[in-house]
Amino acid sequence: MQPRILLEKTKFDVTIKRLCYQLIEVHNDFSESVIIGLQPRGIYLARRIQAELQNILKNKKIHCGELDTTFYRDDFRKKELIPNRTNIDFIIEEKNVILVDDVLFTGRTIRSGLDAMLAFGRPKDVELLVLVDRRFSRNLPIQAKYIGITIDSIATQNVKVEWKESDGKDKITLLNK
Amino acid sequence: MSNLSVNHLLGIKQLNKNDIELILSTAQNFKEVINRPIKKVPSLRDITVANLFFENSTRTRLSFELAQKRLSADVINFSASNSSVKKGETLVDTVNNILAMKVDMIVMRHASPGAAIFLAKKVKAKIINAGDGAHEHPTQALLDAFSMQEKIGNLKGKKIVIVGDILHSRVALSNIFCLQKLGALVKVCGPLTLIPKYITSLGVEVEPNLIKALEWCDVANMLRIQLERQDIKYFPSLREYTMMYGLNKEILENLSKKIIIMHPGPINRGVEITSDVADSKQSIILEQVENGVAVRMAAMFLLAGRQGS
Repeated sequence: MQPRILLEKTKFDVTIKRLCYQLIEVHNDFSESVIIGLQPRGIYLARRIQAELQNILKNKKIHCGELDTTFYRDDFRKKELIPNRTNIDFIIEEKNVILVDDVLFTGRTIRSGLDAMLAFGRPKDVELLVLVDRRFSRNLPIQAKYIGITIDSIATQNVKVEWKESDGKDKITLLNK
Repeated sequence: MSNLSVNHLLGIKQLNKNDIELILSTAQNFKEVINRPIKKVPSLRDITVANLFFENSTRTRLSFELAQKRLSADVINFSASNSSVKKGETLVDTVNNILAMKVDMIVMRHASPGAAIFLAKKVKAKIINAGDGAHEHPTQALLDAFSMQEKIGNLKGKKIVIVGDILHSRVALSNIFCLQKLGALVKVCGPLTLIPKYITSLGVEVEPNLIKALEWCDVANMLRIQLERQDIKYFPSLREYTMMYGLNKEILENLSKKIIIMHPGPINRGVEITSDVADSKQSIILEQVENGVAVRMAAMFLLAGRQGS
Protein backbone atom coordinates (compact mmCIF):
# COMPACT_ATOMS: atom_id res chain seq x y z
CA MET A 1 0.00 0.00 0.00
CA GLN A 2 1.25 3.49 -0.87
CA PRO A 3 2.01 5.94 1.94
CA ARG A 4 -1.04 8.09 2.65
CA ILE A 5 -0.79 11.79 3.47
CA LEU A 6 -3.06 12.51 6.42
CA LEU A 7 -2.44 16.21 6.89
CA GLU A 8 -0.27 18.91 5.34
CA LYS A 9 0.06 22.63 4.53
CA THR A 10 -3.06 24.73 5.33
CA LYS A 11 -4.95 21.92 7.05
CA PHE A 12 -1.93 21.31 9.29
CA ASP A 13 -1.93 24.98 10.36
CA VAL A 14 -5.71 25.01 10.83
CA THR A 15 -5.50 21.94 13.06
CA ILE A 16 -2.92 23.58 15.32
CA LYS A 17 -4.97 26.80 15.46
CA ARG A 18 -8.07 24.79 16.40
CA LEU A 19 -6.16 23.06 19.22
CA CYS A 20 -5.07 26.49 20.49
CA TYR A 21 -8.63 27.82 20.58
CA GLN A 22 -9.77 24.67 22.39
CA LEU A 23 -7.03 25.30 24.96
CA ILE A 24 -8.07 28.93 25.41
CA GLU A 25 -11.67 27.81 26.07
CA VAL A 26 -10.42 25.87 29.10
CA HIS A 27 -7.33 27.78 30.22
CA ASN A 28 -8.38 31.39 29.52
CA ASP A 29 -5.26 33.59 29.66
CA PHE A 30 -2.92 30.76 30.75
CA SER A 31 -1.96 32.54 34.00
CA GLU A 32 -2.33 29.24 35.88
CA SER A 33 -1.42 26.89 33.02
CA VAL A 34 1.84 25.67 31.52
CA ILE A 35 2.77 23.57 28.48
CA ILE A 36 5.25 20.69 28.57
CA GLY A 37 6.36 19.05 25.33
CA LEU A 38 7.63 15.48 25.45
CA GLN A 39 11.02 14.80 23.88
CA PRO A 40 11.99 14.18 21.19
CA ARG A 41 9.15 15.08 18.77
CA GLY A 42 6.50 16.55 21.04
CA ILE A 43 8.58 19.66 21.65
CA TYR A 44 7.97 20.96 18.12
CA LEU A 45 4.21 20.82 18.62
CA ALA A 46 4.54 22.38 22.09
CA ARG A 47 6.62 25.28 20.77
CA ARG A 48 4.26 25.79 17.83
CA ILE A 49 1.28 25.90 20.20
CA GLN A 50 3.10 28.28 22.54
CA ALA A 51 3.87 30.66 19.66
CA GLU A 52 0.30 30.48 18.30
CA LEU A 53 -1.22 31.07 21.75
CA GLN A 54 1.06 34.04 22.36
CA ASN A 55 -0.01 35.40 19.00
CA ILE A 56 -3.73 34.97 19.76
CA LEU A 57 -3.41 36.20 23.37
CA LYS A 58 -1.40 39.24 22.24
CA ASN A 59 2.11 38.21 23.28
CA LYS A 60 1.26 37.17 26.79
CA LYS A 61 4.15 35.06 28.10
CA ILE A 62 3.18 31.40 28.17
CA HIS A 63 5.51 28.89 29.86
CA CYS A 64 6.60 26.00 27.68
CA GLY A 65 9.08 23.33 28.79
CA GLU A 66 10.72 20.24 27.38
CA LEU A 67 10.61 16.92 29.20
CA ASP A 68 12.67 13.83 28.43
CA THR A 69 11.19 10.52 29.54
CA THR A 70 14.10 8.17 28.77
CA PHE A 71 14.98 7.41 32.40
CA TYR A 72 11.35 6.55 33.20
CA ARG A 73 10.59 4.27 30.25
CA ASP A 74 9.53 0.66 30.72
CA ASP A 75 11.24 -0.51 27.52
CA PHE A 76 14.69 0.27 28.90
CA ARG A 77 17.01 -2.56 27.75
CA LYS A 78 14.55 -3.64 25.04
CA LYS A 79 15.66 -0.97 22.59
CA GLU A 80 18.27 1.74 22.25
CA LEU A 81 17.26 4.82 24.17
CA ILE A 82 19.04 8.12 23.78
CA PRO A 83 18.28 10.71 26.42
CA ASN A 84 17.42 14.25 25.33
CA ARG A 85 17.44 17.56 27.13
CA THR A 86 14.95 18.34 29.86
CA ASN A 87 14.30 22.02 30.39
CA ILE A 88 11.54 23.11 32.74
CA ASP A 89 12.53 26.54 34.07
CA PHE A 90 9.21 27.29 35.75
CA ILE A 91 7.24 25.90 38.67
CA ILE A 92 4.55 23.31 37.95
CA GLU A 93 3.36 23.00 41.56
CA GLU A 94 -0.40 23.68 41.67
CA LYS A 95 -0.44 24.61 37.94
CA ASN A 96 -2.56 23.16 35.18
CA VAL A 97 -0.14 21.22 33.02
CA ILE A 98 -0.82 20.44 29.37
CA LEU A 99 1.40 17.54 28.28
CA VAL A 100 2.02 17.68 24.54
CA ASP A 101 3.18 14.91 22.20
CA ASP A 102 2.98 14.39 18.46
CA VAL A 103 1.51 10.87 18.32
CA LEU A 104 -0.47 8.92 20.92
CA PHE A 105 -0.01 5.21 20.18
CA THR A 106 0.39 2.66 23.00
CA GLY A 107 0.30 5.29 25.77
CA ARG A 108 3.61 4.11 27.24
CA THR A 109 5.49 7.33 26.47
CA ILE A 110 2.74 9.35 28.15
CA ARG A 111 2.89 7.04 31.20
CA SER A 112 6.63 7.64 31.51
CA GLY A 113 6.03 11.36 30.86
CA LEU A 114 3.61 11.53 33.79
CA ASP A 115 6.20 9.92 36.07
CA ALA A 116 8.98 12.19 34.81
CA MET A 117 6.80 15.28 35.27
CA LEU A 118 6.05 14.45 38.91
CA ALA A 119 9.77 14.82 39.70
CA PHE A 120 9.24 18.56 39.25
CA GLY A 121 6.32 18.92 41.64
CA ARG A 122 2.62 18.21 42.08
CA PRO A 123 0.50 19.91 39.46
CA LYS A 124 -3.12 20.79 40.11
CA ASP A 125 -4.35 19.19 36.94
CA VAL A 126 -2.78 17.40 33.97
CA GLU A 127 -4.24 17.20 30.47
CA LEU A 128 -2.93 15.56 27.34
CA LEU A 129 -2.77 17.14 23.89
CA VAL A 130 -1.68 15.15 20.82
CA LEU A 131 -1.58 15.91 17.13
CA VAL A 132 -2.36 12.34 16.07
CA ASP A 133 -4.39 9.83 18.07
CA ARG A 134 -3.91 6.27 16.83
CA ARG A 135 -7.00 4.91 18.49
CA PHE A 136 -7.57 1.19 19.13
CA SER A 137 -3.84 0.69 19.72
CA ARG A 138 -3.55 1.57 23.38
CA ASN A 139 -1.68 -0.67 25.88
CA LEU A 140 -2.59 1.53 28.84
CA PRO A 141 -5.75 3.36 29.90
CA ILE A 142 -4.58 6.77 28.63
CA GLN A 143 -6.64 9.14 26.45
CA ALA A 144 -5.96 12.62 25.15
CA LYS A 145 -8.25 15.55 25.89
CA TYR A 146 -7.23 17.59 22.84
CA ILE A 147 -6.70 15.74 19.55
CA GLY A 148 -5.55 17.08 16.17
CA ILE A 149 -6.66 14.13 14.08
CA THR A 150 -7.81 10.64 14.98
CA ILE A 151 -6.76 7.77 12.76
CA ASP A 152 -7.39 4.07 12.58
CA SER A 153 -4.21 2.19 11.91
CA ILE A 154 -2.74 -1.22 12.54
CA ALA A 155 0.42 -2.05 14.47
CA THR A 156 2.42 -2.70 11.29
CA GLN A 157 1.85 0.86 10.11
CA ASN A 158 3.86 3.91 11.12
CA VAL A 159 2.73 7.49 11.51
CA LYS A 160 5.40 9.97 10.48
CA VAL A 161 5.01 13.56 11.62
CA GLU A 162 7.34 16.05 9.93
CA TRP A 163 7.98 19.57 11.16
CA LYS A 164 9.24 22.64 9.31
CA GLU A 165 11.78 23.17 12.11
CA SER A 166 13.47 19.79 11.69
CA ASP A 167 12.31 18.32 8.38
CA GLY A 168 11.60 21.40 6.25
CA LYS A 169 7.85 20.82 5.93
CA ASP A 170 4.73 20.21 8.02
CA LYS A 171 3.23 16.87 7.07
CA ILE A 172 1.67 13.77 8.59
CA THR A 173 1.99 10.53 6.63
CA LEU A 174 0.75 6.99 7.26
CA LEU A 175 3.43 4.52 6.22
CA ASN A 176 3.50 0.76 5.91
CA LYS A 177 6.51 -0.83 7.56
CA MET B 1 26.26 5.51 18.12
CA SER B 2 23.97 5.11 21.06
CA ASN B 3 25.40 2.12 22.83
CA LEU B 4 28.68 1.36 24.56
CA SER B 5 31.10 -0.94 22.75
CA VAL B 6 31.99 -2.68 26.02
CA ASN B 7 30.16 -4.85 28.55
CA HIS B 8 32.23 -3.66 31.51
CA LEU B 9 33.90 -0.42 32.51
CA LEU B 10 37.34 -1.78 33.29
CA GLY B 11 39.47 1.12 32.16
CA ILE B 12 39.56 4.03 29.75
CA LYS B 13 41.98 2.04 27.61
CA GLN B 14 39.15 -0.31 26.60
CA LEU B 15 36.81 2.54 25.60
CA ASN B 16 36.75 4.26 22.24
CA LYS B 17 36.10 7.95 21.64
CA ASN B 18 32.40 7.33 20.94
CA ASP B 19 32.00 5.50 24.26
CA ILE B 20 33.58 8.38 26.16
CA GLU B 21 31.47 10.97 24.36
CA LEU B 22 28.31 8.91 24.95
CA ILE B 23 29.02 8.65 28.69
CA LEU B 24 29.77 12.38 28.92
CA SER B 25 26.65 13.43 27.00
CA THR B 26 24.47 11.08 29.07
CA ALA B 27 26.08 12.50 32.22
CA GLN B 28 24.87 15.92 31.09
CA ASN B 29 21.29 14.61 31.25
CA PHE B 30 21.90 13.09 34.67
CA LYS B 31 23.39 16.34 35.98
CA GLU B 32 20.07 17.97 35.17
CA VAL B 33 18.28 15.09 36.96
CA ILE B 34 20.30 15.45 40.18
CA ASN B 35 19.43 19.14 40.31
CA ARG B 36 15.68 18.49 40.21
CA PRO B 37 13.48 18.74 43.32
CA ILE B 38 13.15 14.93 43.14
CA LYS B 39 16.59 13.63 42.23
CA LYS B 40 15.68 10.01 41.62
CA VAL B 41 14.79 8.18 38.41
CA PRO B 42 13.54 4.59 38.20
CA SER B 43 15.86 3.36 35.42
CA LEU B 44 17.73 0.67 37.40
CA ARG B 45 14.93 -0.38 39.74
CA ASP B 46 15.38 -4.03 38.71
CA ILE B 47 19.17 -4.02 39.17
CA THR B 48 21.14 -4.95 42.28
CA VAL B 49 24.63 -3.53 42.57
CA ALA B 50 27.34 -4.65 44.97
CA ASN B 51 30.02 -2.17 45.93
CA LEU B 52 33.14 -4.15 46.78
CA PHE B 53 35.80 -1.98 48.30
CA PHE B 54 38.95 -3.90 49.13
CA GLU B 55 40.72 -0.58 49.62
CA ASN B 56 39.75 2.53 51.54
CA SER B 57 37.58 5.12 49.85
CA THR B 58 35.30 7.93 50.90
CA ARG B 59 34.41 9.99 47.86
CA THR B 60 34.26 7.23 45.26
CA ARG B 61 32.23 4.84 47.41
CA LEU B 62 29.75 7.51 48.48
CA SER B 63 29.53 8.84 44.95
CA PHE B 64 28.82 5.39 43.50
CA GLU B 65 26.30 4.60 46.22
CA LEU B 66 24.48 7.89 45.72
CA ALA B 67 24.49 7.37 41.94
CA GLN B 68 23.04 3.88 42.39
CA LYS B 69 20.35 5.11 44.77
CA ARG B 70 19.43 7.95 42.41
CA LEU B 71 18.98 5.36 39.66
CA SER B 72 16.74 3.34 42.05
CA ALA B 73 19.10 0.33 42.08
CA ASP B 74 19.29 -1.92 45.13
CA VAL B 75 22.69 -1.54 46.75
CA ILE B 76 24.80 -3.75 48.96
CA ASN B 77 28.10 -2.59 50.36
CA PHE B 78 31.11 -4.63 51.20
CA SER B 79 34.42 -3.59 52.66
CA ALA B 80 37.29 -6.01 53.00
CA SER B 81 38.13 -4.99 56.55
CA ASN B 82 35.09 -6.71 58.07
CA SER B 83 34.62 -9.60 55.65
CA SER B 84 35.64 -13.21 55.08
CA VAL B 85 38.53 -12.01 52.93
CA LYS B 86 40.32 -11.76 56.25
CA LYS B 87 39.62 -15.48 56.73
CA GLY B 88 41.45 -16.36 53.52
CA GLU B 89 38.67 -16.41 50.93
CA THR B 90 39.80 -15.73 47.34
CA LEU B 91 38.50 -12.79 45.31
CA VAL B 92 36.61 -15.02 42.84
CA ASP B 93 35.00 -17.02 45.66
CA THR B 94 33.95 -13.85 47.48
CA VAL B 95 32.44 -12.40 44.33
CA ASN B 96 30.73 -15.61 43.25
CA ASN B 97 29.12 -15.87 46.69
CA ILE B 98 27.81 -12.35 46.31
CA LEU B 99 26.60 -13.08 42.79
CA ALA B 100 24.77 -16.19 44.05
CA MET B 101 22.53 -13.70 45.84
CA LYS B 102 21.47 -12.46 42.37
CA VAL B 103 23.58 -9.37 42.01
CA ASP B 104 23.73 -7.86 38.51
CA MET B 105 26.57 -5.38 38.72
CA ILE B 106 29.80 -5.11 40.68
CA VAL B 107 31.64 -1.90 41.46
CA MET B 108 35.08 -2.85 42.71
CA ARG B 109 38.11 -1.12 44.13
CA HIS B 110 41.12 -3.32 44.69
CA ALA B 111 44.80 -2.76 45.49
CA SER B 112 45.97 -5.09 42.71
CA PRO B 113 46.34 -3.64 39.22
CA GLY B 114 44.18 -5.62 36.77
CA ALA B 115 41.85 -7.00 39.47
CA ALA B 116 38.76 -5.75 37.64
CA ILE B 117 39.91 -7.21 34.30
CA PHE B 118 40.60 -10.54 36.02
CA LEU B 119 37.18 -10.54 37.63
CA ALA B 120 35.39 -9.69 34.38
CA LYS B 121 36.81 -12.86 32.86
CA LYS B 122 35.77 -15.03 35.80
CA VAL B 123 32.24 -13.99 36.74
CA LYS B 124 28.94 -13.26 35.05
CA ALA B 125 28.11 -9.71 36.07
CA LYS B 126 28.86 -6.28 34.78
CA ILE B 127 32.04 -4.97 36.37
CA ILE B 128 32.91 -1.34 36.99
CA ASN B 129 36.45 -0.61 38.04
CA ALA B 130 36.49 1.93 40.87
CA GLY B 131 40.28 1.88 41.02
CA ASP B 132 42.72 -1.01 40.72
CA GLY B 133 46.06 -0.28 42.38
CA ALA B 134 48.10 2.21 40.38
CA HIS B 135 46.50 1.07 37.12
CA GLU B 136 43.20 2.78 36.22
CA HIS B 137 40.34 4.73 37.77
CA PRO B 138 38.06 5.21 34.77
CA THR B 139 35.14 7.04 36.37
CA GLN B 140 37.51 9.62 37.88
CA ALA B 141 38.97 10.31 34.42
CA LEU B 142 35.48 10.60 32.94
CA LEU B 143 34.31 13.02 35.62
CA ASP B 144 37.52 15.04 35.21
CA ALA B 145 36.93 15.27 31.44
CA PHE B 146 33.28 16.17 32.04
CA SER B 147 34.28 18.93 34.50
CA MET B 148 36.89 20.30 32.09
CA GLN B 149 34.40 20.32 29.22
CA GLU B 150 31.95 22.27 31.34
CA LYS B 151 34.56 24.96 31.91
CA ILE B 152 36.49 25.16 28.66
CA GLY B 153 34.29 23.38 26.11
CA ASN B 154 35.49 20.78 23.62
CA LEU B 155 38.84 19.39 24.78
CA LYS B 156 40.31 18.95 21.31
CA GLY B 157 43.63 20.82 21.26
CA LYS B 158 43.30 21.93 24.89
CA LYS B 159 46.37 21.66 27.11
CA ILE B 160 46.20 19.72 30.35
CA VAL B 161 49.01 19.20 32.83
CA ILE B 162 48.92 16.53 35.53
CA VAL B 163 51.14 17.46 38.46
CA GLY B 164 52.50 15.26 41.24
CA ASP B 165 52.87 11.58 41.98
CA ILE B 166 52.28 10.15 38.50
CA LEU B 167 54.05 6.87 39.31
CA HIS B 168 51.54 5.73 41.92
CA SER B 169 48.47 7.36 40.42
CA ARG B 170 45.67 5.45 38.71
CA VAL B 171 43.97 8.82 38.15
CA ALA B 172 46.92 10.00 36.05
CA LEU B 173 46.91 6.99 33.73
CA SER B 174 43.14 7.02 33.20
CA ASN B 175 43.22 10.79 32.67
CA ILE B 176 45.96 10.48 30.06
CA PHE B 177 44.03 7.83 28.10
CA CYS B 178 40.76 9.75 28.35
CA LEU B 179 42.11 13.20 27.49
CA GLN B 180 44.13 11.89 24.56
CA LYS B 181 41.12 10.06 23.15
CA LEU B 182 39.22 13.35 23.33
CA GLY B 183 42.01 15.10 21.43
CA ALA B 184 43.63 17.04 24.30
CA LEU B 185 47.38 17.53 24.74
CA VAL B 186 48.73 16.16 28.00
CA LYS B 187 51.93 16.89 29.91
CA VAL B 188 52.98 15.53 33.26
CA CYS B 189 54.97 17.45 35.85
CA GLY B 190 56.64 16.26 39.03
CA PRO B 191 59.89 14.97 40.50
CA LEU B 192 61.47 12.63 37.93
CA THR B 193 61.53 9.87 40.54
CA LEU B 194 57.71 9.98 40.55
CA ILE B 195 57.33 9.92 36.76
CA PRO B 196 57.19 6.44 35.21
CA LYS B 197 59.87 5.78 32.58
CA TYR B 198 57.38 4.55 29.97
CA ILE B 199 55.23 7.69 30.14
CA THR B 200 56.67 9.27 26.97
CA SER B 201 55.67 6.15 25.02
CA LEU B 202 52.05 7.18 25.70
CA GLY B 203 52.66 10.43 23.82
CA VAL B 204 52.91 12.44 27.01
CA GLU B 205 55.62 15.06 27.49
CA VAL B 206 57.42 15.42 30.79
CA GLU B 207 57.93 18.94 32.15
CA PRO B 208 59.90 18.93 35.39
CA ASN B 209 59.43 22.67 35.99
CA LEU B 210 56.10 23.54 37.63
CA ILE B 211 55.97 27.18 36.47
CA LYS B 212 56.69 26.26 32.85
CA ALA B 213 54.05 23.52 32.99
CA LEU B 214 51.45 25.90 34.40
CA GLU B 215 52.27 28.61 31.85
CA TRP B 216 51.69 26.04 29.08
CA CYS B 217 48.40 24.59 30.25
CA ASP B 218 44.68 25.48 30.27
CA VAL B 219 43.96 23.09 33.14
CA ALA B 220 46.19 21.81 35.93
CA ASN B 221 45.18 18.58 37.66
CA MET B 222 47.04 18.45 40.98
CA LEU B 223 47.57 14.96 42.40
CA ARG B 224 48.18 13.86 45.95
CA ILE B 225 51.47 12.33 47.01
CA GLN B 226 50.46 8.74 47.71
CA LEU B 227 52.70 8.06 50.69
CA GLU B 228 50.78 4.84 51.45
CA ARG B 229 51.94 3.34 48.14
CA GLN B 230 55.54 4.52 48.43
CA ASP B 231 57.72 1.74 49.75
CA ILE B 232 60.93 3.76 49.35
CA LYS B 233 61.77 7.48 49.58
CA TYR B 234 61.21 9.16 46.22
CA PHE B 235 62.11 12.69 47.36
CA PRO B 236 63.99 14.10 50.35
CA SER B 237 61.06 15.54 52.30
CA LEU B 238 57.44 16.65 51.91
CA ARG B 239 58.60 20.21 52.63
CA GLU B 240 60.98 20.09 49.70
CA TYR B 241 58.29 18.62 47.47
CA THR B 242 55.95 21.45 48.43
CA MET B 243 58.62 24.04 47.67
CA MET B 244 59.23 22.57 44.20
CA TYR B 245 55.77 21.32 43.19
CA GLY B 246 53.22 22.79 45.60
CA LEU B 247 50.78 25.20 44.01
CA ASN B 248 50.20 28.39 45.98
CA LYS B 249 48.32 31.62 45.39
CA GLU B 250 51.47 33.56 44.51
CA ILE B 251 52.38 31.17 41.68
CA LEU B 252 48.80 31.17 40.42
CA GLU B 253 48.53 34.97 40.37
CA ASN B 254 51.88 35.44 38.66
CA LEU B 255 50.85 33.31 35.68
CA SER B 256 50.16 35.17 32.44
CA LYS B 257 46.65 33.59 32.15
CA LYS B 258 43.91 32.20 34.34
CA ILE B 259 44.00 28.42 34.44
CA ILE B 260 41.54 25.90 35.88
CA ILE B 261 42.69 24.00 38.97
CA MET B 262 41.51 20.46 39.62
CA HIS B 263 42.22 17.84 42.25
CA PRO B 264 40.75 14.33 42.47
CA GLY B 265 40.88 14.38 46.29
CA PRO B 266 41.63 13.71 49.03
CA ILE B 267 43.58 16.96 49.25
CA ASN B 268 46.65 17.27 51.43
CA ARG B 269 46.26 20.98 52.07
CA GLY B 270 49.60 22.72 52.26
CA VAL B 271 51.41 19.94 50.38
CA GLU B 272 50.45 19.77 46.70
CA ILE B 273 48.06 22.71 46.91
CA THR B 274 47.50 25.46 49.46
CA SER B 275 44.09 26.17 50.98
CA ASP B 276 43.71 29.54 49.27
CA VAL B 277 44.20 27.88 45.86
CA ALA B 278 41.97 24.90 46.66
CA ASP B 279 39.19 27.27 47.73
CA SER B 280 39.80 29.87 45.00
CA LYS B 281 37.45 30.70 42.13
CA GLN B 282 39.77 28.98 39.69
CA SER B 283 39.43 25.70 41.55
CA ILE B 284 36.63 23.33 40.45
CA ILE B 285 37.34 20.64 43.04
CA LEU B 286 33.81 20.54 44.48
CA GLU B 287 32.26 20.67 41.01
CA GLN B 288 34.29 17.54 40.23
CA VAL B 289 32.62 15.83 43.18
CA GLU B 290 29.13 16.88 42.02
CA ASN B 291 29.87 15.77 38.47
CA GLY B 292 31.15 12.45 39.79
CA VAL B 293 27.62 11.38 40.71
CA ALA B 294 26.24 12.32 37.28
CA VAL B 295 29.06 10.57 35.41
CA ARG B 296 28.71 7.40 37.48
CA MET B 297 24.95 7.42 36.93
CA ALA B 298 25.60 7.67 33.19
CA ALA B 299 28.15 4.83 33.21
CA MET B 300 25.88 2.47 35.15
CA PHE B 301 22.80 3.44 33.13
CA LEU B 302 24.57 2.75 29.84
CA LEU B 303 26.13 -0.51 31.00
CA ALA B 304 22.84 -1.80 32.41
CA GLY B 305 21.02 -0.71 29.28
CA ARG B 306 23.14 -2.59 26.80
CA GLN B 307 20.81 -4.51 24.53
CA GLY B 308 20.47 -8.18 25.18
CA SER B 309 21.83 -7.78 28.67
